[in-house]
Amino acid sequence: MQVTVKLFATFRNGRFKIAEQVLPEGTDCRRVVLDLGLTEDEIGIIMINGRHGVLDQKLAWGDVLSLFPLVGGG
Amino acid sequence: MDKILRVNMTDLTSKLETVPAAWAGLGGRGLTSTIVAAEVPPTCHALSPQNILCFAPGLLTGTQAANSGRLSAGAKSPLTGGIKESNAGGTAGQMLAKLGIKALIIEGAPKDGTWYNLNVGTAGVSINEEKELLGLGNFAVIEAVEARLGKKTGVLTIGTAGELKMTAANISVKDPDSKIRSHGRGGLGAVMGSKQIKFISIDGDGSPGVKIAHPEKFKVAARTFAKALLGHPVSGEGLPTFGTNVLVNILNEAGGLPTRNFTMGRFDGHDKISGETMNETIIARGGKVKHGCHAGCIIQCSQVYNDKDGKYLTSGFEYETIWGLGAHCCTDDLDDIARADNMMDDIGIDSIETAVMFGVAMEAGILPWGDSKEMLRMLGEEIGKGTPLGRIMGGGAGAVGRAYGVTRVPVVKNQAIPAYDPRAVKGIGITYATSTMGADHTAGYTIATNILNVGGYVDPLKKEGQVELSRNLQIATAAVDSTGMCIFIAFPALDHPECLPALIDMINARFDIDLTGDDVTNLGKQILKLERKFNIEAGLTNVHDRLPDFFKNEAVAPHNAVWDFTDAEIDEFWNF
Repeated sequence: MQVTVKLFATFRNGRFKIAEQVLPEGTDCRRVVLDLGLTEDEIGIIMINGRHGVLDQKLAWGDVLSLFPLVGGG
Repeated sequence: MDKILRVNMTDLTSKLETVPAAWAGLGGRGLTSTIVAAEVPPTCHALSPQNILCFAPGLLTGTQAANSGRLSAGAKSPLTGGIKESNAGGTAGQMLAKLGIKALIIEGAPKDGTWYNLNVGTAGVSINEEKELLGLGNFAVIEAVEARLGKKTGVLTIGTAGELKMTAANISVKDPDSKIRSHGRGGLGAVMGSKQIKFISIDGDGSPGVKIAHPEKFKVAARTFAKALLGHPVSGEGLPTFGTNVLVNILNEAGGLPTRNFTMGRFDGHDKISGETMNETIIARGGKVKHGCHAGCIIQCSQVYNDKDGKYLTSGFEYETIWGLGAHCCTDDLDDIARADNMMDDIGIDSIETAVMFGVAMEAGILPWGDSKEMLRMLGEEIGKGTPLGRIMGGGAGAVGRAYGVTRVPVVKNQAIPAYDPRAVKGIGITYATSTMGADHTAGYTIATNILNVGGYVDPLKKEGQVELSRNLQIATAAVDSTGMCIFIAFPALDHPECLPALIDMINARFDIDLTGDDVTNLGKQILKLERKFNIEAGLTNVHDRLPDFFKNEAVAPHNAVWDFTDAEIDEFWNF
């Protein structure tokens, strides 16, 4: 299946802003995170199609996965 | 002993008063709101001599505590018609605290057209006629005051917006680099203008300084507190690196980035105005990624943003301003947004109210969508010069909406709604609706828990838990706003178990008192109820705790979310 992965803030360093990835059916967010060389502890916010998600969540064809470190403002 | 410094602008007198016992435990917002509630008739015209303008440093302002340099300003707001507290960094708060001034209260107004400046120092205050600096922008005022009185002088000033009593006018505060921080939102600059005070200078020479009752205990708590701030990923790393503008991409992804006057939740040009792009641009142009608004700030969310030739454009370049002139107005030119930010500092006008106003003005057809050059021209030539159109624009989003018959006007209690769509981030909608300040994200920043996973998580698109979340945060914020602390200490305070106790330990060590966590919560509740009582007596009731109708009637993409709280559900907020 094909998903779009978007990275933000420091996660872009040495990686990418946006990439299309072809993944086996049933891949979860954790797999994508670990394959990017990120650790679970580094993850601040996961969004799938603009909704908050969790590491265990399985991705579906066409999903947009957005990963942020813990950042904030206001 | 700390004193109350009272200035009467009607008869041009001043006196130093002892602090009433009931005010002794108060500072910052708790004190300014208490003074306004006690001394201002709620139904008075906010620009009349019956209103007062008061300033109060927080309980810890002027101490060595990290991030404690905030100054609160309070009055009845000419924008909302309700009570107003606005706090800012800069050097003035710490200087007033070290002079032993618990509050500066300015009452009355001159009976003729004469303008004045105030000079505050160890001998009290002098009231001096001012002619030379009238009509000048804030940067010129700061430069002139430094030339007159010395580089270290603290300055609180109004630009042309305040002189012309525009209801979006700020009181601008000199920062450590002689640039500007702002008492924004609600038109306090117009109140200062109504008292015909162009600027207040503060001479810190010979200040007694802030006495700490138990210096050793204070030092231990201050160390724990600073460690918690630096150890949290948001305050220790995210904010110093990307500033608050990191939120552009986050809110865009979440579908809560209000775009084209709140008709969409995502902006095509988001990456060009994002914190990530801003960070790269600042580095490439030799600006400063980190910068503090006051001495002792260790979070350093501010920055210095240069143009492509490496020349200074602006600092304190915030998410809400960039969102407002950017996504809300469909502008993706970050350099023009930076120019506008600096112009707004110079004119002394609120960058949220004005940015939201521009989106409404675009909807009205006054200028084309995305036309950043015309926006810059209007700031300088219309608002800055006080033309008839400029005065309407300087009245904020509500004023332009009324003058031009626009129905989609994002305001609550006539104050512009900032940077987070309340349909897609429902907790912040409860804050906008119920805050005593009018629409104000800082009053109860549910974005932390709705979007950023700080202090737990409450789904932003569902109604469940939002009223309670907003209530708890508004209570905590009212208390934090009384300490002199920057509100960004809330990020570690929500997550780090030692942070809040260390803050309370510092207050206890400073004053030789024995506050508990419950006392602090009760203080927050008392402040909110006091402010609410003032508003009700001023005519702002639960009927005004509502979002504009279009949020109910127009769904916002991508989540097709609407504002679906009933009136009774919103009113439940005040059940505490």
